[in-house]
Amino acid sequence: MSGHHHDHDHAHDNHFTPIEARVKALETLMVEKGYVEPAALDAIVDTYETRVGPRNGARIVARAWTDSAYAERLKADGTAAVAEMGYGGRGGEHIVACFNTPEEHNLIVCTLCSCYPWPVLGLPPVWYKSPPYRAKAVIDPRGTLADFGVSLPEGQRIRVWDSTAETRFLVIPMRPAGTEGWSEEKLASIVSRDSMIGTGLPRIEDAVEDGR
Amino acid sequence: MNSAHDLGGQMGFGPVVPEPDEPVFHAEWEKRVLAINVAAGAMGAWTIDEIRHHRESLPPAQYLSASYYEIWLAGLDKALVKHGFLTSAELLSGTPAPERREPKRVLKGEEVPAVLRRGFPYDREAKAPARFAVGDAVRTLVMHPQHHTRLPRYARGKLGTIERVTGCHVFPDTSAQGDHGEAQWLYTVVFTGRELWGRDGDPSSTVSIEAWESYLEPA
Repeated sequence: MSGHHHDHDHAHDNHFTPIEARVKALETLMVEKGYVEPAALDAIVDTYETRVGPRNGARIVARAWTDSAYAERLKADGTAAVAEMGYGGRGGEHIVACFNTPEEHNLIVCTLCSCYPWPVLGLPPVWYKSPPYRAKAVIDPRGTLADFGVSLPEGQRIRVWDSTAETRFLVIPMRPAGTEGWSEEKLASIVSRDSMIGTGLPRIEDAVEDGR
Repeated sequence: MNSAHDLGGQMGFGPVVPEPDEPVFHAEWEKRVLAINVAAGAMGAWTIDEIRHHRESLPPAQYLSASYYEIWLAGLDKALVKHGFLTSAELLSGTPAPERREPKRVLKGEEVPAVLRRGFPYDREAKAPARFAVGDAVRTLVMHPQHHTRLPRYARGKLGTIERVTGCHVFPDTSAQGDHGEAQWLYTVVFTGRELWGRDGDPSSTVSIEAWESYLEPA
């Protein structure tokens, strides 16, 4: 059969990959049976695609760096301190802030699934949910950091937090030297997602000037 | 259950490969799987613990070769069939049958921001005082239940220290099986790398888990 005929014989639906077709079929079933509302699905996608992400967490870190009273509240009750900044809820109902110190670096993992602090970091990256990271972080944390190009000073211990309950962990990295006098906004620009998981460190060369 | 999902300490997967400038989603269908999962969960027929069990009980080869959204999709299919919302025949054909189960509720578009903001807090009022205090030495149980549990294999039978008393939280082992009423004290328990991995452990690292009270014995 020629390609010309092919185009006429099939609707565009037939160009879906098997997984696309399966998801499309499930969504159609769920909507037609009245179990989910299309508007709700769109609102959920919009939330995680455009409203929630690691910029939320970066604002919390920058505030903790500049406001010692806030840092104390964040240490004492992560959930309440994060709520002060307007964040919380699904995937982050119970938040613990893990402060890095010169003596100890924190690293977050979920060996059993993909638990991650959604309200402050958004949805997890693929590597966070994948077997290599989930397998290695608890048995070889230093080797795991090396996979990210991170090497810690000799003598700095590593504390790995396995997220086995509904508690979610947010790493508060140390404020780098050379950032004295920076605004919260400029400070937030160097707080990468990975630095709040513990697989990265803030880098002052990533700084974006205020208002950009 | 001792399934493929319990990955801590397993070997042979190679290095972690981060993706530079990774997008939030890699395909349109991933967005829909996320959204259907959240909205279907809001029907109120199952808990996060139960849906985790459905994902974990996929055959190991399937679990390890699937992407995470594929795992979510497979777990969701199982939950929907188990609770009578859809049949396997409907999932295969994509054609709705006339029979349906009435959900407790259907999430409306305008409710989404408030429902996500509220989330599903897991803390509950304590009915008894906590058995352990910060600094207590504890040993985790050796157990291999067929059902869902949140005590990872690498941390069973290990000597640790209570570092934090979190509060009383819904107990996942029973919640996954439909009993949503049980709550237990939850603790952060920290172990040395050497306790967990013997001579192959990193002596300058520690690992903590969140452990419910019945996972622990005084040591």
